[in-house]
Amino acid sequence: MSNGMEHMRKLTYREAVREAMRDALRKDERVFLMGEDVGRYGGCFAVSKGLIEEFGPERIRDTPLCESTFVGAGIGAALGGMRPIVEIMTVNFSLLAADQILNNTATYLHMSGGLFNVPLIIRMATGGGRQLAAQHSHCLSGWYAHIPGIKVLTPATVEDARGMLWTALDDPDPVLIFENSGLYNMEGFLPIDAGPVDIDSARVRRAGKDLTIISYSASLFKALDAAETLSKEGIEAEVIDLRTLRPLDERTFLDSAARTHRVLIVDEGWRSGSISAEVSARIMEKAFFELDAAVERICSAEVPMPYAKHLEEAALPRMEKIIEVVRKMVRSHG
Amino acid sequence: MKTERTTKLASAEKRSVSPMEREHALHLLRSMIRIRRFEAKCAELYSAMKIRGFLHLYDGEEAVAVGVMEALTPEDAVVATYREHGHALMRGISAGAILAEMYGKQEGCSRGRGGSMHLFDDKTRFYGGNAIVGGGIPIALGLALADKMQNKPRVTCCFFGDGAAAEGEFHECLNLAVLWQLPVFFVCENNLYAMGTAIRYSHSVTDLARRAASYGLTTAAVDAMDVQAVEAAAEEAAVFVRSGKGPYFLECRTYRFRAHSMFDPELYRTKAEVEEWKKRCPILTFSRKCLSDGIMSDADIGEIEREAALEINEAVAYAEACTLEPVEDLTRFVYSEGRPA
Ligand SMILES: Cc1ncc(C[n+]2csc(CCOP(=O)(O)OP(=O)(O)O)c2C)c(N)n1
Ligand SMILES: [Mg+2]
Repeated sequence: MSNGMEHMRKLTYREAVREAMRDALRKDERVFLMGEDVGRYGGCFAVSKGLIEEFGPERIRDTPLCESTFVGAGIGAALGGMRPIVEIMTVNFSLLAADQILNNTATYLHMSGGLFNVPLIIRMATGGGRQLAAQHSHCLSGWYAHIPGIKVLTPATVEDARGMLWTALDDPDPVLIFENSGLYNMEGFLPIDAGPVDIDSARVRRAGKDLTIISYSASLFKALDAAETLSKEGIEAEVIDLRTLRPLDERTFLDSAARTHRVLIVDEGWRSGSISAEVSARIMEKAFFELDAAVERICSAEVPMPYAKHLEEAALPRMEKIIEVVRKMVRSHG
Repeated sequence: MKTERTTKLASAEKRSVSPMEREHALHLLRSMIRIRRFEAKCAELYSAMKIRGFLHLYDGEEAVAVGVMEALTPEDAVVATYREHGHALMRGISAGAILAEMYGKQEGCSRGRGGSMHLFDDKTRFYGGNAIVGGGIPIALGLALADKMQNKPRVTCCFFGDGAAAEGEFHECLNLAVLWQLPVFFVCENNLYAMGTAIRYSHSVTDLARRAASYGLTTAAVDAMDVQAVEAAAEEAAVFVRSGKGPYFLECRTYRFRAHSMFDPELYRTKAEVEEWKKRCPILTFSRKCLSDGIMSDADIGEIEREAALEINEAVAYAEACTLEPVEDLTRFVYSEGRPA
């Protein structure tokens, strides 16, 4: 008897990213990976482990500690006809390259009046939950999504981890990919012949009629888990994975809001000036009369990430909190 | 590290001059004069409010762009700073396209999206016009890395100032360029000031070539008020880089005659200091030398001035006649066209 699983295989998110890179390195000679400890060490999250053996130190390039310079060199290499994938260990260190990302990567095409596009990929780990405290745990993908000129991808699923990179490499413009470090060990199933996926649309990950939960990256799974629990109580939540924070696919969440009339946004970023604020504003601007209740948000507490486990847990969006807020929202009458 | 060099012609006072030598001398002088007159026109147009924003002029430093560009081929790449009109002109971008850019017109070399500080041109591989001090250096490295990985024997020439040499990226880049043996020709335009900060107030070691040498790369310093000295030094550097021997650092010792930008009241230096340096003006000294060597005549120089004036007048007329991009196009060129944005 077929359960549909014979064409599927199991792999981790980490393996999915590695396979995507291996695939790209095999298919396109212009592709190379550079960053701190990507080669001989195997990547600080072991994502690129084994690649240097297959592709050698020219294409799996260990850089010195100089984020600004190797990101800038990625821009130059992209301008010079290569397809570099630059890995930054974590989003906090990307701030040392913030100048290159904002002032050059995002501006070159525009400043040159359309002459020079920058087909550069920058990958980095992001997110909290591992007791790494206030300099290694932040979720700044929404912050980067503020910047026109770059695309911001936040793959949550193994499928997206595997399929977004290839599409991003085909893109003529710079793409930032944020990989939540809490997802690297997550296992998932992929069709044997899984291919590229689009990088400019959101997905409904769970259909439901009572309320919409919009999320992305690791928080998506908290939303999905909450939805399962709520289902047992007779509340059917629709769960949307934004997937890409810029460009933002508002059609998908506006349509959902029009179906369910209630929206909760779950965002690992800080609340003030967050991507959740942007999504909320767009719903207010474009679906105001569809709403039966005010849009609610669950975000990270506005503190630098504390080290202590109980405090870190309290700072991050939690499934229990999602359940509690959803219950309150569906009870409210429009 | 090599010391300051003297020019090939320095000791050749009374001797016959080949037509080639004469042609080349005329070319060098013409190039410097073109830049000087172009900048003067820019200043005038700034006062007339035709050009706005920041405007950084290159008077006094012409021998750097002119001398260095002589050593580059059309296949090479150039990364420059916000003080890059001279470099753009020397690279072959037309005066009209540059001026139209400063007018904010869509026929400008960056469609009016860049302005004076962000001149770009794909045909001549001119990668900007970067107004973040030091920000262009990593990009030059990447261009050179791409060449190296694709086995293209080209040079990426990167211009930056003495001020940029205090930025972290400068040091990161020298380290990386040597480590990876990248074909980068670093040209430090040391005009002794970063805005109003004299080099002695911003560098612990003011001999920048010596400092750069500590990264293990070949360096030289040159009197950049002497166009032929710059040309010879650049030639040597470009040959070195092109032959795959790794990066090269050339410190061009020069001076900026005008204010840093149009907003600078120049409180940080004396008029006397500027006047002293003006005696070493690269145009003045070179034309004097050519006259006394009998390489050219007053009439030749008069002809050069006439040509430059004509070119610039035509460029102004062109920029005036160019058009403004429709406002409906505002959000173009944020992403490549034909892609979802
Ligand atoms: C990162 C950065 N810091 C400060 C400035 C402001 N700024 C513009 S030009 C300049 C001086 C740079 O001096 P130098 O590199 O010697 O070049 P020069 O202007 O003398 O040609 C400064 C401080 C800037 N544009 N970028
Ligand atoms: Mg200077």
